Amino acid sequence: MDFNDTPEEAVFRAQVRAWLDANAERLKPGERNPGLEGRTDPGAIKRAQEWQAKKADAGWACITWPKEYGGRGATAIQSVIWNQEEGRYKTPPNIFGIGQGMLGPTIMVHGTEEQKQRYIRPMLRGAEIWCQLFSEPSAGSDLAGLRTSAVRDGDDWVINGQKIWTTGAQYCKWGMIVTRTDPNAEKHKGITYFIVDMQSPGIEIRPIKQINGTSAFNEVFFTDVRVPDKNRVGAVNDGWRGALTTLMNERHSIAGGGAGGPDFRDLLHLARTTNLHGRPAFEDSAVRQQLARLYIRGKGLQYTAYRTQTALSRGQTPGPESSIGKLVGAPLRQEMASFAVDLQGPAGALIDRQAAPEEGVWQQMYLGTPGLRLAGGTDEILRNIIAERVLGLPPEIRVDKGLAFKDVPTGPKAQ
Amino acid sequence: MNFDFSDDQKLLRKTAHDFLSEHAPLSLCRAVLESDAPYSDTLWKSVAELGWLGTAIPEEYGGAGFGHLELAAIAEEIGHALAPIPFASSVYFATEAILLAGSPAQKQAYLPQLAAGARIGTFAHTEQAGEADLGSITAAFTNGTLTGIKWPVADGDTAHCAVVTARQGADTVLALVDLSARGVTRKPLRSIDPSRSLAELRFDATPAELLGDAASGAATVQKIMDRAAVLLAFEQLGGATRAFEITREYCLSRYAFGRPIASFQAIKHRLADLYVEIELARSNAYYGAWALSTDSPELPVAACGARASASDAFALASQEMIQLHGGVGYTWEFDCHLFYRRAKYLGALLGSAHQWREQLVQRLAAEEQ
Repeated sequence: MDFNDTPEEAVFRAQVRAWLDANAERLKPGERNPGLEGRTDPGAIKRAQEWQAKKADAGWACITWPKEYGGRGATAIQSVIWNQEEGRYKTPPNIFGIGQGMLGPTIMVHGTEEQKQRYIRPMLRGAEIWCQLFSEPSAGSDLAGLRTSAVRDGDDWVINGQKIWTTGAQYCKWGMIVTRTDPNAEKHKGITYFIVDMQSPGIEIRPIKQINGTSAFNEVFFTDVRVPDKNRVGAVNDGWRGALTTLMNERHSIAGGGAGGPDFRDLLHLARTTNLHGRPAFEDSAVRQQLARLYIRGKGLQYTAYRTQTALSRGQTPGPESSIGKLVGAPLRQEMASFAVDLQGPAGALIDRQAAPEEGVWQQMYLGTPGLRLAGGTDEILRNIIAERVLGLPPEIRVDKGLAFKDVPTGPKAQ
Repeated sequence: MNFDFSDDQKLLRKTAHDFLSEHAPLSLCRAVLESDAPYSDTLWKSVAELGWLGTAIPEEYGGAGFGHLELAAIAEEIGHALAPIPFASSVYFATEAILLAGSPAQKQAYLPQLAAGARIGTFAHTEQAGEADLGSITAAFTNGTLTGIKWPVADGDTAHCAVVTARQGADTVLALVDLSARGVTRKPLRSIDPSRSLAELRFDATPAELLGDAASGAATVQKIMDRAAVLLAFEQLGGATRAFEITREYCLSRYAFGRPIASFQAIKHRLADLYVEIELARSNAYYGAWALSTDSPELPVAACGARASASDAFALASQEMIQLHGGVGYTWEFDCHLFYRRAKYLGALLGSAHQWREQLVQRLAAEEQ
């Protein structure tokens, strides 16, 4: 065991650092990049696009992508190294993750040559930002239950319906949408995948106000929106295959993404500076037990990531342990935030930036973390995935198997 | 980044796995549990012949000259097999203590015999219920003799020698004692896991020698505990993994309501959660093994994480094992109780997870100063 880079990795890291030193400012100790909350601000979008273009010009954008699309054909471990190093510098929020992390890889696998030539490079440069139109009001965990329809009309398809939880719809140029094209087929078999211009007539975007007061997500309504057939990704009624590629990349990128916000050191500091029973909370044994539990869980997760990186470093596919990241990480962050707010006593009820302890960062995290446990696969879906794909347990018994989609029971609301 | 065992270490582990699958089935653990035998002598001799007892002992003292990563790999398999032998007492405690603090003469006198399995060693520390803190030790070392009572001592009924914590004036010291010497009385105590034995040891002016010097005694005790914590974590991890494997198989083969119970989400999610806890424990144990094998200053913190994580994971696995087996899981006939007992035995041996979590916070606080 050895936590050092291999000689090749060390050379690569030095190369990365040299470029970053010349092109960005290093974060000071204790300084953090802003989270994704400010990402709808036009200034932030512009800064993000400028930074992305700078990286693309130097060959440091989407480095694992093939050279022919502007990447550098880097290995997975090189990508880990790049992310570690970039994270040490002042950078604008990364608003390109959905396109570059999920949709780009989908187009590269399932798209036509023409689509690859048209879309991949502007996506890599950040010149065109992408969103994902998957979930619907009655199709979340059961995504294949989606009802937004696409009907063929000459060279076009006409889309009607509603999508929800679409990140960044208000500033995106393109979206990728899964639609129902054959309601008479079984639910997975009548789905078709399209690229849609978000400025098309008939698209209405309404931001969703979340419990933390921000609006990173949107509802997107489609009324007779026309999409040319050349924007279809994959065969007609075979869109589920492409959707699975996207989802696989999604879980990977959510688990791997740095969540930002306060961390264990900040929690320790809080426990030292708040009082309980007339002495620092840190001296209370129940508080200490909880601190230790959270620390050990966090470290367990970090060392599990090291195991995954080891596999990547050897050019192997990571083992099943890599699937636990989001299932452990999201509830852990929620628990940390809840505990931190508790430590603050009555002041924990404040979220006022001037008055709340630590400018209310823990309260923000408390309000933000429930979403982490739902996005990109709920805790419950992730347990199903671990149970079925990792542990080899039998799949759910499905009452909609073999039924035409239009005959699948939907409950009283959708009737 | 290389946070994994090497191919050679994995091969060693597989060899251990294959050997124990054949020679230490659960029926062997059960046989010891149901008999008066303190351990399986046959398995002990085989393990000695395979050289496992001397894994981390240098060749000059009759060992294999490997490191602690190799020992951790074997420990996991010992745990996986619920091997009914005094491996932990003799290897993680007595051998490690002598390696850590012994003089060349002491090493020469003890290590070759421990490596060969001709002698069994143990560590005698606690004297009362509750946490065994250094301040509460009353056993006394004076003028080359030891007087006091230690209980429970793992394998105290059969061990040939013991490393014993004692007071010498104001200092905490470690005494090395030959248990066949005069003034030693052993009283076997019933263990919650009768496949692993416990005893009371009384010393009455028993001849003993110091292990290490008096000034560093307290620090040495802590080092012994930290090293053993990491190695025991691997045993616990092995036990938890085995409990999980058996439970998974059972849930796949047991039908209720016309389908395997492993197809119900209520069961699948519990198995998924258990898998997650074991993987987290594994990662923490790996980190502990790295810290141990490199003698890293991170060892004190890493050992706490490895130990608490593994204790909790094995406890949970053994509880879930009975619960998911249903009624048969509560019968003597099924093997679930072997795991339930071993989990508590190993969890108690070096102090509870609560104790190690408290230790962790103290050490994190010290690091910050």
